[in-house]
Amino acid sequence: MEQVSLAEDLAKETGQKTNTCFSCMKCSGGCPISFASDLKTHEVIRLVNLNQLDRLLNCKTIWLCAFCKTCKQRCPNDIDASLVMDWLKSKALELGVTPAMPNIPIMYQTFLRSVEKLGRVYEAGWIGTYKIKTKTYTKDFKLGLKMLGKRKIKLVPGRIKNYQHIRKIFASARLGMKCRKEIK
Amino acid sequence: MKYSYYPGCSLCSTASEYNLSTEAICSKLDIQLIEIPDWNCCGATSAHSASAYLAVALPLRNLILAEAMGLDMVVPCAACYHWQRVAHNEVINKTPVGQRANEDLAKIMGRGYHGTLKTKHIMEVLLQDQVLELLPRKLIKPLNKIKLAAYYGCLMLRPADVVAFDNAEQPNSIDRLAQALGAETVRWSAKVDCCGGSFTLAESGVVQKLTADIVSAAKRGGAEAIVTACPLCQANLDSRQKENENQMPVFYITELVGVALGMPEARKWFKKHIVNPVPMLEKYNLL
Repeated sequence: MEQVSLAEDLAKETGQKTNTCFSCMKCSGGCPISFASDLKTHEVIRLVNLNQLDRLLNCKTIWLCAFCKTCKQRCPNDIDASLVMDWLKSKALELGVTPAMPNIPIMYQTFLRSVEKLGRVYEAGWIGTYKIKTKTYTKDFKLGLKMLGKRKIKLVPGRIKNYQHIRKIFASARLGMKCRKEIK
Repeated sequence: MKYSYYPGCSLCSTASEYNLSTEAICSKLDIQLIEIPDWNCCGATSAHSASAYLAVALPLRNLILAEAMGLDMVVPCAACYHWQRVAHNEVINKTPVGQRANEDLAKIMGRGYHGTLKTKHIMEVLLQDQVLELLPRKLIKPLNKIKLAAYYGCLMLRPADVVAFDNAEQPNSIDRLAQALGAETVRWSAKVDCCGGSFTLAESGVVQKLTADIVSAAKRGGAEAIVTACPLCQANLDSRQKENENQMPVFYITELVGVALGMPEARKWFKKHIVNPVPMLEKYNLL
C-alpha cells in the first residue's frame, strides 16, 4: 500500500491544509502559551509537513494548546492549528504514546467521565477525581477552601433525565474511533 | 422577546451569579428566557481534545431540543456559545462529522437537527435596539463613570467565521453596553488575550502568568475593574490574582446591568466573588 504522508492524513480528517503554510509565524506570535511550550505553533505545522510524527506526539505543545483560536484567526492561509493539535492529541492517545504533559489528558478524561455519567459536568466530582488520579491534593488547596467557603462549587451532583442519550453519544464516539483504527 | 435559554454547567455551579444576574436583568428588560428542558453539557474544553465527533454530537443534542421549542437560543457562556455554533455549522455545511452526529442523534432522540435555530450570545441579545432604547428609562443607578476594562477572551470572538457578532481583533460589544450603563471603558491591550481556560486545574502556573498579564494590562490602561462575559474568564481572573497586590474586582457584564437597574439582589451575587467588589461599588454609591 502506498504510504500516505502525515499532512495528507491530517488534511483528510481535519480539513486543515498544512501544506499551504509559508511560516509567517503569526500563529506563534499570537499564541498565549508559546512561553511555556517546547515547539512553537509554526514549528508544529512545519513538522507535520516534514512527516515527523514521533517528535510531534512526544512534544508538550499539543497538550498545552489552550484552543483560544488566535492562530486560526490570524493565519493568512486559514489553517486552524488548534485542530491540528487536537488531531495529534487523539493520535497520541490512540497509539499509546505517553503524553509529555500527563495531567492534561487526565483532566479532560475525568471531565468527560462526569459528562458521560450525568449528562452535565459535576465540578466537585470532576476536580476530586482529577486530584486523586494525579496525586495533586495539596496544589491550590487554599484556593479550593476559599471557593468552598464562598459556595462557588456545587457539592450535590445532578443527573439529566435522558442521561441514556449521552451514554449513547459516547458509545457512538468510541465506535468511530475503533473504525478509524480498523481502517489503518 | 422570547428565547430558549441554555445556561450551561458553569452557570449552575462556579458561575451561578452569572446565571442569577442574567435571569434577573432579562426579566426586567422584557426578555423572556425559557430554560431548555433536560439540556446537557456542551463538552466545553474537554470533548474536542478527545474526539471531534463528541465535540459536535454533545452540543447538537441541545440544538435539537431548542429547535423543537421553536425559539432561538441564548447562551451566556462563551464556550457553550462557541460549541453550539460549531455544531450548527458542521451540520449545515454537511461535514462528515456533522452528518454522522446528526444521523446518530436522529436515531437516539427520534428527531434530527434541521438547521433552523439561531444561537445567540447574551451580549447580542442585550445590544438589540429594542433593549438599548428601553435601558435608559430603566436606569436607576447609572455607573458613575467608573473606569472598566472590557475583557472578551477567546471563544465569543474566534473564529470569526463561526461566532461573528463582534470584531475578532477590536471587539466593542461589552464596551458599548458598559457605556450605555454610564461607565467609562478604557483602551487597553489585552482585550482579546486568552486567560488559559481550564488549565487553571492542570497547569495553574500557565494560567497564573496569563491572568497576571491581563490584570496588569487593565491596570496600566487605567481601569478600576474588569468586566467580562465568560464564566471561565471571570473565574480565572478573579481567583488567580495575588493576595499581596492591589486586587481588581472582576464583574460579569450582567451583574453591572443589575447594579445599574438598581436591583437589590446584586449584593447576593457578589458574595461569590473572590475579590470583593462591594467596597468599590459602595464608594461610588452604587449599592
